[in-house]
Amino acid sequence: MALEVGGKTIETDEEGYLENRDEWNMDIANAIAIAENLEMSDCHWEVVNFLREYYEEYQIAPAVRVLTKAIGKKLGKDKGNSKYLYELFPYGPAKQACKIAGLPKPTGCV
Amino acid sequence: MPETKKFLYVNRKAPYGTIYALEALEVVLIGAAFEQDVSLAFLDDGVYQITKGQDTKDVGMKNFSPTYKALGDYDVNKIYVEQESLDARGLTLDDLLPLTWEDEDDDWAKKDSIKVISAAEMAKIMEQSDVVFSF
Amino acid sequence: MSQLHTVNKSPLERNALESAITHAVKGNALLMIEDGVYGAMQGTHKSAMVSEAMSDISFYVMGPDLKARGIDETRIIEGIKIVDYSGFVALVAEHDTTQSWL
Repeated sequence: MALEVGGKTIETDEEGYLENRDEWNMDIANAIAIAENLEMSDCHWEVVNFLREYYEEYQIAPAVRVLTKAIGKKLGKDKGNSKYLYELFPYGPAKQACKIAGLPKPTGCV
Repeated sequence: MPETKKFLYVNRKAPYGTIYALEALEVVLIGAAFEQDVSLAFLDDGVYQITKGQDTKDVGMKNFSPTYKALGDYDVNKIYVEQESLDARGLTLDDLLPLTWEDEDDDWAKKDSIKVISAAEMAKIMEQSDVVFSF
Repeated sequence: MSQLHTVNKSPLERNALESAITHAVKGNALLMIEDGVYGAMQGTHKSAMVSEAMSDISFYVMGPDLKARGIDETRIIEGIKIVDYSGFVALVAEHDTTQSWL
């Protein structure tokens, strides 16, 4: 599969995750979001940026339970719950947000 | 609530020469979703997995050592390292990654996950485990 | 005839390094690669074996493999030379034969 962004072809795997993480930029993130029927808001970006920072530090995308706890600690209890995260990313905060963040599917995503 | 079992993951291989170390780490992370009582044991060449300063860019492999630092987030905070294995390799606790976890019930205080123990103590931990995964 | 021996197993897990040292003759070279580079570290239970063999064998170790495993150059047994990939190729070219101790 591939994605067309700004005249460039971006390779993705069969589920839509980027093949090359280094190609990621905000335009690509927006394009993936549109393909997922999502409109990126500041709240979406907060989670996406958090995931990218987490990956940078630990070299993995966190499982949803870990993400929820970490978001709660960083952005406040009102955001650190699965209801909030599922409202932002209805197909699963870890799976969908990771895709938009240009990260691989989270380890431990069962 | 089902009864929790004591899971022990035994790591005995160096990190990059074979796939065991990375596979073990992935299984631990996946298994952590099941909220069991998880312990990790590092002995023999397994102690090389959690040494500091790994930098794989010149060998074209993924450096997965930073991922061990995420184990605390996955509530995996009982990490046993065998003293005799460190000694045989000229290593000390200072050579290992500082693996910690944050205790939610203690105002997120950072606590050490690694315990260096003797082979005799390791034997006891193995003996007392309900399920042992060997890598 | 001059032979280059390569060892890619950890000396604390397998006896490849020990066997290579036993079978190498005076004037041979031995290159530690992949997990074999743990054999180049000071202060291990196998360090003395390497140091003693140094009078007859020239020891080399792959720098990128050391770096991947977080082994600082300051912790390498004195007398072992660190090489990169082109150094590996040069060693193979310099010797008549290469034997891999797997």
